[in-house]
Amino acid sequence: MSSGIDNETTQFHVLAVDDSIIDRKLIERLLKTSSYQVTTVDSGVKALEFLGLLEDHENADINKNTNSNPTFPPTGNFHHEMEVNLIITDYCMPGITGYDLLRKIKESRLLKDIPVVIMSSENVPTRINNCLQQGAHEFFIKPVQQSDVNKLRPHLLRGKSMENQPNNIIINSSKRKPIEECLSPSRLRAKLKELELVQ
Amino acid sequence: MENAGQLRRQYVDFVASLYHEGFLDDQFGQLQKLQDEGNPYFVVEVVSLYFEDSEKLMNNLTTALQQHVVDFKQIDAHVHQFKGSSSSIGAQRVKNTCVVFRDYCEEKNLDGCLKCLQQVKHEYYIVKNKLETMIRLERQILEAGGTIP
Repeated sequence: MSSGIDNETTQFHVLAVDDSIIDRKLIERLLKTSSYQVTTVDSGVKALEFLGLLEDHENADINKNTNSNPTFPPTGNFHHEMEVNLIITDYCMPGITGYDLLRKIKESRLLKDIPVVIMSSENVPTRINNCLQQGAHEFFIKPVQQSDVNKLRPHLLRGKSMENQPNNIIINSSKRKPIEECLSPSRLRAKLKELELVQ
Repeated sequence: MENAGQLRRQYVDFVASLYHEGFLDDQFGQLQKLQDEGNPYFVVEVVSLYFEDSEKLMNNLTTALQQHVVDFKQIDAHVHQFKGSSSSIGAQRVKNTCVVFRDYCEEKNLDGCLKCLQQVKHEYYIVKNKLETMIRLERQILEAGGTIP
């Protein structure tokens, strides 16, 4: 069980979601070369199950009913034996799409701080914008490359440092700044123009 | 029995031709880079998954195009998947055929779709053959005591 004391040796755990078995194999290998622990699932529903969002005792419901603050601080996502530090998901999937999955994660009190990355074989600017506006940290065009996976580390490290200092401001150690959800649409557009979204 | 040196040369020439003739693109090279002593069968595993997945997709496409009322959306979904997997392993010609195939789906052009199905099967079986040859050459090199270039 990770206590967050020794960050150097603690492995990051990534949940990868893709309905294509070939792409699951590929993303798994790419993530493992970066020494991440990987869990792959083949659908958004299975991802929600794994993250604990499909169960009755989901905390968001309890808080809605009691109309009070949670009695414990959000401890992240210890639903399973290992916490999930990042979710990377395909956009086009039968059933719930990657975008739907992203929204559900961002709506969840417990999971909203987990960075989410979207992958898609189609380079559609409106799709990319929508995902980033919805809170996705990165959008990768498939086939995903090692250079894409290398971009994940700053998001993971930021998550870890937030865990240790829950009341601190976001420590931004990456060269590329993430899109903050509170940006106004025009600032967001300007921000998106700055960033290279496509390789 | 050819020696490792001869086999290695054969292999290098063969792989070069696959890239040169457009059967494979750089993505296949990316897959090879992901293979190492810790994961020595990675490429073979991915390629095998691709073969299995592709046969299923082509069967589904054949069936779908034989229906009395053709569901072009469903066909497009299958082709989208086929295009994706082909792109992921670097099977360039198959991928490119899928692009044209999707256009015909959008136009609901049955004739175009049928022609593309034939074309995509043709391209698939060629690249399957080429990849199997490549894998066989690799095995022969290792058996002859050599290392894969």
